[in-house]
Amino acid sequence: MKLITAIIKPFKLDDLRQTVAHIGVQGLTVTEVLGLGRQLGHVERYRGAAHRVDLQPKTRVELAVEDTIVDEVVEAITNVARTGRSGDGKVFVAKLAAAVRIRTGETGAEAV
Amino acid sequence: MIRSGIRGETVLRGALALLPMLAPALGHAQDAEPVLDTGNTAWMLTSTVLVLFMTLPGLALFYAGMVRSKNVLSVLMQCFAVTALITVLWMLYGYSLAFDTTGMVDGEINFNSFIGGLKKSFLSGIGVDSLTGTIPESVFATFQLTFAIITPALIVGAFAERMRFSAMLIFLGLWFTFVYTAMTHMVWSGDGALMWDWGVLDFAGGTVVHINAGVAGLVAALVLGKRKGYPATPMPPHNLALTVIGASMLWVGWFGFNAGSAVSAGGSAGMAMLVTQIATAAAALAWMFSEWVSHGKPSVLGIASGAVTGLVAVTPASGTVGPPGALVIGFVAGVLCFLASTRLKRKFGYDDSLDVFGVHAIGGIVGAVLTGMFAFPSLGGVWDPGETTMGAQVWIQIKSVLFTVLFTGVGSFVLLKLVDLLVGLRVSAEDETLGLDLALHDERGYNL
Repeated sequence: MKLITAIIKPFKLDDLRQTVAHIGVQGLTVTEVLGLGRQLGHVERYRGAAHRVDLQPKTRVELAVEDTIVDEVVEAITNVARTGRSGDGKVFVAKLAAAVRIRTGETGAEAV
Repeated sequence: MIRSGIRGETVLRGALALLPMLAPALGHAQDAEPVLDTGNTAWMLTSTVLVLFMTLPGLALFYAGMVRSKNVLSVLMQCFAVTALITVLWMLYGYSLAFDTTGMVDGEINFNSFIGGLKKSFLSGIGVDSLTGTIPESVFATFQLTFAIITPALIVGAFAERMRFSAMLIFLGLWFTFVYTAMTHMVWSGDGALMWDWGVLDFAGGTVVHINAGVAGLVAALVLGKRKGYPATPMPPHNLALTVIGASMLWVGWFGFNAGSAVSAGGSAGMAMLVTQIATAAAALAWMFSEWVSHGKPSVLGIASGAVTGLVAVTPASGTVGPPGALVIGFVAGVLCFLASTRLKRKFGYDDSLDVFGVHAIGGIVGAVLTGMFAFPSLGGVWDPGETTMGAQVWIQIKSVLFTVLFTGVGSFVLLKLVDLLVGLRVSAEDETLGLDLALHDERGYNL
């Protein structure tokens, strides 16, 4: 099993959910985060006091998936979340040691 | 010294025997004893409510939105506490110090030219039937109380986010006692009062309220010092929606502040209302366009601030200028206050957190001085200058501004230093970082 973490632009979330649902991913976790990278921030100004805001709002999506569909999911996320402009985000894949469905107690591949 | 306007249109506050007041609805001759006028009274009851509304929650929200979220409650707390504290002190001795006329002699400067006696302490002598001119004295006293409340509340903005609550209560209590009541007395208590006798035109409180609070705010900002991290650390307003709501309440409530200062329901109040609206709109646009030109985009904080500067500047002028004067005063105040709050502050490096000096002191000074010009009928004013020339009146206005700046500057400094010795003015660095809501009140503004 793998834990896929995708940091994407917030407005891409709905597209991502639809895309991964087609592949058979049934669950995911969404967090609102701030991120910075190569994308430049913007300037805010209040009564003449200007300051740079480098941390931009992003959406973090975490999905636990079986090894068989990992590559497919990563490719799908990457394609749907891309706009071609800087700030599109990143996808990380980490090994997932265990998973448990709380309601039934199922473990392993049955739980993701 | 000419004080009243043509046909009694202009009415200035004063003690019962000294008000040169006509009741337009009754059309009485000037030498008759004033009787209760229900129209005037109804309007003054309403005005009192409007001016209290300016503080709670108008000013409270205006300021609260501009601070960081960790300090939102501290600002609201300060406004609420000041309202309660000043009310009690007003009752105990404040009204008396401000408006008692014992010992005052027209044209003579004595001790009572600067401050009133204690004859009206505990509001003694005020009964259901007591009158101040054509309105109940109870209403007059409460109306004036709402001014006494908002003036120290304004200062809160200058030392926001770093002042100890106990120190704030003691300082503002003392400041009200020694600075505010004296200013009110000197400008408004009637013949024999210092600036009243000079002939200053200050209809609703350009000197008494705005320059007074604005300069005190600057002094407080300097004595307390800058907030930790200022100006390098960004400290954007946490909720400008609250600020705009507050500014809107100030705009609406200010009709009670200015038109209510006519102490009558008639042409004077009507003109005060009209010029207030014009000046505010002109200032809002002036700040907005200044910012647009200067920074490339108009902002909502800017237009709201601009409106407030117009309200401030027209305050001393509202009883004597006409629409043309209002337009000019609003426009000039909008531009100058914009420059003061953005450029001047940064140039001199002081941390007047919410621009109390930039808005209230500068706006008040602009308004007070321009009143000396635009009160004259030749410039569209509705005042009867009698023998006074424009140059002479402008000088009276400037003199009063200078006196106010000096009086409140020195008074505020002394009181701040005293309170610093007694309890210490500023919170610790840890508390400032944690936020005053948690550090001073054990509360969070938002439990989302």
